[in-house]
Amino acid sequence: MDNRLKIKRTNPKVLKERAIKSALFSCAFVSLLVTILIIATLLGDAINFFTEVSIVEFLTGTNWSPSMKPYSFGVLPLVTGTLMITVISAVVAVPLGVATSVYLSEYADKKVRKVVKPVLEVLAGIPTVVYGFFALTFITPVLQTIFPEISLYNALSAGIVVGIMILPMISSLSEDAMSSVPDDLRDGGYALGASKFNVTTGIVVPASISGILSSFILGISRAIGETMAVTIAAGRLANMSVDPLKSIETMTAAMVEVAEGDIAAGTAAYDSLFAIGLLLFVITLAMNMVSQYLKSRYKEKY
Amino acid sequence: MDVRSNKGDLKGQIFLFLLVIATCVGVASLAILVYSVLEDATGWFDLAFIFNSPSRFPEEAGIYPALIGSIYLMLLVAVFSFPLGVGTAIYLEEYAGQSRIKNIIELNISNLAAVPSIVYGLLGLALFVRALNMGRSLIAGALTLTLLILPIVIVSSQEAIRAVPDSLRDASYGIGSTKWQTIRKIVIPEALPGIMTGTILSLSRAIGETAPLIMIGAATSMYSAPDGIFSLFSAMPLQIYAWVGQPQYAFQEGVASAGILLLLIVLLTMNSVAILIRNRFQR
Repeated sequence: MDNRLKIKRTNPKVLKERAIKSALFSCAFVSLLVTILIIATLLGDAINFFTEVSIVEFLTGTNWSPSMKPYSFGVLPLVTGTLMITVISAVVAVPLGVATSVYLSEYADKKVRKVVKPVLEVLAGIPTVVYGFFALTFITPVLQTIFPEISLYNALSAGIVVGIMILPMISSLSEDAMSSVPDDLRDGGYALGASKFNVTTGIVVPASISGILSSFILGISRAIGETMAVTIAAGRLANMSVDPLKSIETMTAAMVEVAEGDIAAGTAAYDSLFAIGLLLFVITLAMNMVSQYLKSRYKEKY
Repeated sequence: MDVRSNKGDLKGQIFLFLLVIATCVGVASLAILVYSVLEDATGWFDLAFIFNSPSRFPEEAGIYPALIGSIYLMLLVAVFSFPLGVGTAIYLEEYAGQSRIKNIIELNISNLAAVPSIVYGLLGLALFVRALNMGRSLIAGALTLTLLILPIVIVSSQEAIRAVPDSLRDASYGIGSTKWQTIRKIVIPEALPGIMTGTILSLSRAIGETAPLIMIGAATSMYSAPDGIFSLFSAMPLQIYAWVGQPQYAFQEGVASAGILLLLIVLLTMNSVAILIRNRFQR
């Protein structure tokens, strides 16, 4: 036994195979390392920040003024801004996304799918800075004709454009969920004399509901982390306003503003970047976990 | 009568009508977006725009340094992300089996894919720009974007590798090949078109990213193209962002939309190449 092991160890072929396996494992380990580094850098500087500004003040303060005296680091106005964008974008993207996915999965014939699916893929691939431009130079002027009192930079325009941005994600993930519903279930419905409408709304949608919900959560989590469109189109006015026609500032836009301000490392403003980043990371991580859980439920069922 | 049709079912017909309208909204959004960019870019998008440097005067403004910056950035990201991503995918698909470590790594990758890009910018700022002292250089930007797209490269490479039929592997083992020989001579060549397609699509995501580059402090406007990996740089989306933020209408609409048009053309070209590779080599 001992001898055999020895031979194995000295065999250059085996050694090479082992070396390759370790090299490949180190590649895979990089992805774990990235997570560790993200958490370490965010926590490290966020902890610095919380020695200067208490967590309670950060999480419950209603005034955000990182670079103008008197300094104030209350994150609530930014959370309010992000929440507004998220709600508006969800109102746009959730019904449209589900309707599109029901149409593509249950009704559309092959030819239509062949056109619509690539179009949605292109929509998903458009850079976010382009969406910001589109909101500012197209959507806002259109909104101005409807609401003359609207600000040039406003939450509504940015929210709508973020909705368009997450629409392809919601529709394609929901469609995947609906397509994975076995035809037996549909046929069972038809055999009972149900109409197509009844089969779709009474069987297919309920059967794939966990997948559909998982797509909402992923889409919304993407809206929360969206940066450029809201930085360009929603304005930079951190306030607690919930009027969609007014300027607001999201967590992400505030991070861009601080980063552009060229602040020195070690100041509270610099460290506040990491505190907001940590908050953002925790929120999106939690949402992704929930979405994963929901997705695994429909994967198990069929 | 086909029981599955909507004939005579008014509720069903209204429902279908609403579904079609909703689907049209997405398609129409893209059409309007492209049309509005084209309309605004008319008169601004020409060869001089591509080969000029940014300028205070809209008529003379160009995107050349940012275009070169984006191209360098993309090449570097490709060099970093390809071996890392493909190596990880090979490990997960060929070596890891159904182990616990595979589950952990895959869950981790799916979480990483959902992390907002601006958070990667923070990582790049703290790690590459500050801790490793790379400054606001091309290499710091490229490494940041590499980490950002790594999850997508890994997942698409995994899919390509998974699509290689086991019969090919078995045949290779059957003639006495080692595991690595099988992977190198059989699995990788067979999966390469799929891997390339996935990598190019990930790179097109990287080339459109703005937020992480702002966070690492990359310049929004540069007057000369970068001349090495440690040189300062700008990239197309950053330059577009700078123009959109200008108060003058000519910059905000005209010059910015010319930049967007060029960015969209580059993206479209990359996607076409990716699809071409997929169709050419798909069995």
